[in-house]
Parts: sequence; structure tokens; C-alpha cells
Amino acid sequence: MNFSVVTSEFWSLCLQGLALGLIYSLIALGYTMVYGVLRLINFANSEVFMIGTFAVLVVQVNLLHHDVTSQPIQGFALAKALILSLFGAMIVCALLAMLVELVAYRRLRLHGSSRLASLISAIGTSIFLSEGMRNLTQSRPQTTPRLLEKTSLGTLWGANLRIDTIITIIAAVLIFLALDQFVNRSRLGKAIRAVSMSEENSRLMGINLNKVITLTFAIGGLTTGAAAFFYATVYENTIFNVGFNLGIAAFTAAVLGGIGNIRGAFYGGIALGLLEQFASAILGSQWKAVTVFVVLVLVLLVKPSGIFGEAVQQTRT
Amino acid sequence: MINLRDKGAEIWEGWNRPKRTIFVLLMILLAGLLPFSASWGPTSFLNTPVTSFENVLVYPVGMFILMALGLNIVVGKSGLLDLGYVAFFAIGAYTQAIMSTMLDWKTWEILPFGILFAMISGVMLGLPALRLRGDYLAIITLGFGEIVRIIAINSTSTGGPNGISGIPNPPSVFGIKFDLMHPEHYFWLVITMILLVVWMVRRFTVRRPGRAWEAIRQDEDVAALMGVNTLVYKLWAFVIGAAVGGAAGVLYASKVMVISPDMFKFDVSVMILACVVFGGIGNIWGVILGAGILAYLPDRFRFLTDYRQLVFGLVLIIMMNLRPDGLLPRKKREKISVKSEK
Repeated sequence: MNFSVVTSEFWSLCLQGLALGLIYSLIALGYTMVYGVLRLINFANSEVFMIGTFAVLVVQVNLLHHDVTSQPIQGFALAKALILSLFGAMIVCALLAMLVELVAYRRLRLHGSSRLASLISAIGTSIFLSEGMRNLTQSRPQTTPRLLEKTSLGTLWGANLRIDTIITIIAAVLIFLALDQFVNRSRLGKAIRAVSMSEENSRLMGINLNKVITLTFAIGGLTTGAAAFFYATVYENTIFNVGFNLGIAAFTAAVLGGIGNIRGAFYGGIALGLLEQFASAILGSQWKAVTVFVVLVLVLLVKPSGIFGEAVQQTRT
Repeated sequence: MINLRDKGAEIWEGWNRPKRTIFVLLMILLAGLLPFSASWGPTSFLNTPVTSFENVLVYPVGMFILMALGLNIVVGKSGLLDLGYVAFFAIGAYTQAIMSTMLDWKTWEILPFGILFAMISGVMLGLPALRLRGDYLAIITLGFGEIVRIIAINSTSTGGPNGISGIPNPPSVFGIKFDLMHPEHYFWLVITMILLVVWMVRRFTVRRPGRAWEAIRQDEDVAALMGVNTLVYKLWAFVIGAAVGGAAGVLYASKVMVISPDMFKFDVSVMILACVVFGGIGNIWGVILGAGILAYLPDRFRFLTDYRQLVFGLVLIIMMNLRPDGLLPRKKREKISVKSEK
């Protein structure tokens, strides 16, 4: 128990928690979007994230020839490298998520199989992806090159404003705003909301179910890919099982905020990030997962559908 | 797809009682002889390269069948998704480890306590978690599984990350010794426990709890409207499942003699769940078959070394796409209702 750290490092913990929490939120979208539409836990999303971090690595090392040992770069070259690796990871993850839908979910969905069958095939996909990567990397952790010099932009109430943390926070919030607008304003977003309300009825209304579901997976993949990029930029390393812990945390965040709910994923992620930071500061990092789950159980007991309720648009009756 | 389960049931219906008894006894005898098949010519292809076949039969095969049967009560019979079943296995194993090394108790005396502690933790977890809807149960049980492991790593009485070593083997019963030289004796013990669990599940299925579980699985709201006390029966399913897991844990710890938190990771929960769904969820024979195959294959195909798990993942995907209801699906009558639920 170490409560003094809370008063002395309060803002610093908040800032780190916010950045970590937003990474969780972005991964949580991969779970929550799919759950909203299909009512299925997208188990393979954690491995989509893992592949995303490796995509960042491949873009930065193999395509742009930056080395782990090379010096941080600046100016236009830096912007190019960051943007290319961000979009590279997003596209790779989106394509992979679509592939996962095609391989693990589509056939089972069309046959009207039980939800557990889809869960197991998703678990199979997850094992396949992480084991494939384990064999490719020989279980060795990989370090991503430090392109962005981690300078401090100054201090705010004693918290060190590191540039990578600030970029992560701002960019993640922008992505959420864009997604929120897309789902609430655009025609395709409307289709997604319709399917999440009722599959049958939306099909009667002439919505192409397969297309909408693939699109949902792709959006989840895009945000998961963005999360992978931010993770690689802030933490600068990755390993074949990196998805496991982050995936569980992100899924918890989605449930905490109300699974199937986009804003819920946003706030749930932030709440979880802050909670983890403070719990590990006070109790020690080994107890952080325990604290998180105790809080989750308490929240669900008080409000069984999560803090912000269920569904992309509306709670199912 | 041909439904092997219904074919089998038809033949079974056609038999009279003595025929059935002889068949069952024969099957049990065959299962009991399995440990010797590795050294007998025609069946020696069963032999596993690294661990000896007799040991593979005890763990993973026998243990996974036992645990899959326990989980089947929770997932298959009453339709509750449990992603942290390994927690009960761990609680049983640690009960055996701590009580035998500190209090010097014998395995048979500890077994009831292992079951009891697993059941108590099942109630503690189930009371809050089972009030919630299905998918939340999944995440809470998953969290519980992790919490048990984290506590085992971080507390001193469980030996921390190194675990506990020097756990004694069970004392011999009727002259049957349980030690390293006689893995087949453990296998017979596991078979006995599997038979007990099968008998218990079959008794439950035809009585009130079984009907209540079936109603809850098909539609919980309707079951509640019909006067089924859903929370109580869900809790019972959960606790009975936990008891089987705890018993498996006690046996496992006394067989391997050394346990550490690494043995109780999330993968084990996933593996047991995969066994249940792969074989045919809700159907005892399917679960036994599925667990047997899934637990045995990775050891048989050791020569694939690093690609073993990769192939395992692939097998899960392909099998689920080809036979989404498992190898031996449950009865048709029950299956129709599953489809209409979608």
C-alpha cells in the first residue's frame, strides 16, 4: 500500500492512464463493433492487434529501412514514416479482420450454428495467428525503432508531457470523433445500426447483411491497427503473445462501458487505463488485474449492462 | 451430414438390458486395457513419441475428459459460457499440494476438501456472476481464472511462481500402488472417476435439475416464467461443474507431484472448452470422444514440434466449419430448439 504516490504523482498517473486507456479503447472497438452487430465475442481481435504491431515493425524496418539502432529522425521524413506505418498497420489489420470474418464466422453464421461453434473457430484462428507469429519470430521479443524522439513538451502540474503520449491521446480522440460521426451520420453507419437492432428486419429493408458485417469487422480492424501503431510507438516493443493481455484488458474495457456501445468503449477504455495505473501505483503492478476484475464485477452488479448500456444504438429488448 | 449420434441411439434402443450391460462392461474393459495397447503389436501406432503412452492417457487425456465432462454440465447442459474453468482445477490442485505438504494428510482425505473448496469458490463466483446475462459471465469467469493464478503467483503459502514440490502420491488402495512406475493405475482411477461423473450427469439429466437446465439453456426468460428458479439451478450447474474440476485438480497434483502457477493458464480453460464444443456440446459421448482426440493429438504429433499448436488451431477452424455441432451432436429433438433460438 503506497498512497503517497497518488498525491505526488497524480497528474502523471492520469496522463499515462489516459494514453494506455485510449489504446485499450481503440482495441475495444474491435470487440464492441462486432458484438453490436453479431452478438459474438470477436476472440481473434487480440491477434489482429498483435499482427498490427508487427506490421508497424515491417513498415518501419523493411520498407523504410530504419534500424533499431538508428537515431530518431525529424521533419518530413519523420512525418512520412509515422503516417506510413500508421496506415500500414490499419490497412493490414482491416484486411486481416475481414479475412477472419470470412474464415471463422461467415460459414457458421450462414448455417445458423450455435454461438459457441463460432467462438471455438475464432479461438482456433487466434491460436493459428499467434502460433504462426511465434514460429516466424522464434518466440523472440522484437524492438521497434525509435523514430520519434521522446522529448518533453513541458510539465503540467508536475506531469511530464511526453510527445508520444500527447500524440496518442490527441490522435485517438480524433479517431473516435470520426468513427462516431461515421456511425451516426453516414448511410453505411445507419446500416450498421440497423443490423445491430435487428438482423432480420434490416435484411427485409434491403440491407446487404454480408457487406455490412464485413464492413463492421473492417472498421474494428482499422481502429485495432491504429491502437497497434500507438502501442508500438509508446512502448517500442512487441512479441507474439502481446495480444493476449491487451486483448483481455480491451474486452474488459468494452464490457465495462457496455459492450456493443461505441461511446461505452471509449469511456470504458479510459476508466480501465486510469484504474490500472492507479492500482499498480498503490498496490503494486502484480495486483492490477485483480483490482480491475473486482471493479468490473462491482460495476456489473450495480449496472448489469455496463456504464453506458448496450448496443451500437439502442438496447436490445 | 450423417448423424452418428442418432444412429448409435437407434441401435442402442433396439437392444435389451443384458445386451446393453454386456456392451457397457466390454467398453469399460477395453478402456481399462488401453494403457497396454502401446506395447501390443497391432495397436502400437497409438504410442506417443516423447511422453510414454500410459502417462499421456492419464494427463492430458483422462484429466481432460474428466474436466470436459464437468464443464459440459455448465456449458453444454445449461448453456452458461465459462472461460475460467481452470480456476477450479487449480484450487483442487493447490488444496492437495498445501494440505499434503503442510498437514501431512493423505490424498483420499484431501479429496473431499478439494471438492468442497472448489464448490465454495464456485458459489462465491457464481452468486454475483450468474445474475448477469450470458456474455458477461464469460468475461467474469475469465477474470476469475486469471485472479486465481495471480494469487498463486504472488502469495507465499502457494510457493509463489515456483509452485509447490514434493507432493506425495496417493497411498495404495487394495494393494494397487500409485507411484511413478504404475501410470496405468492412475488411469484406472481416472476411469473410475469419469464413470462416476457420467453416472451423476445421467441421473441429473433425467430428473428435475436436468429439465431445469435444459429449459434455461433454451430460453432463460421462459424458464423463469414457467416457475424454474433459474438462479438456483444455474448456481447448481456451476457448483457441480466446479466440484468435478476440483476433484481433477486433487488427482493431478498427487500424480505430477510438482505444481506451479504456469500449469493453470488461460490456455487450459480454452482447451477444455474446445474439447466440449469439438466433441458435440451437451452430449456426454461426444464430449468424451472430443476431449480424448484433442488431448491425445498434440502428444501423438510431437514430431511437428513447433508447428503442433499451429496445426491444432487449424484443426479447430476446419472442424468447426465442417461440423459446427461437433463430432457427435446432441439428439435431434434438442438440436431443433437450438436452431429456432437464433
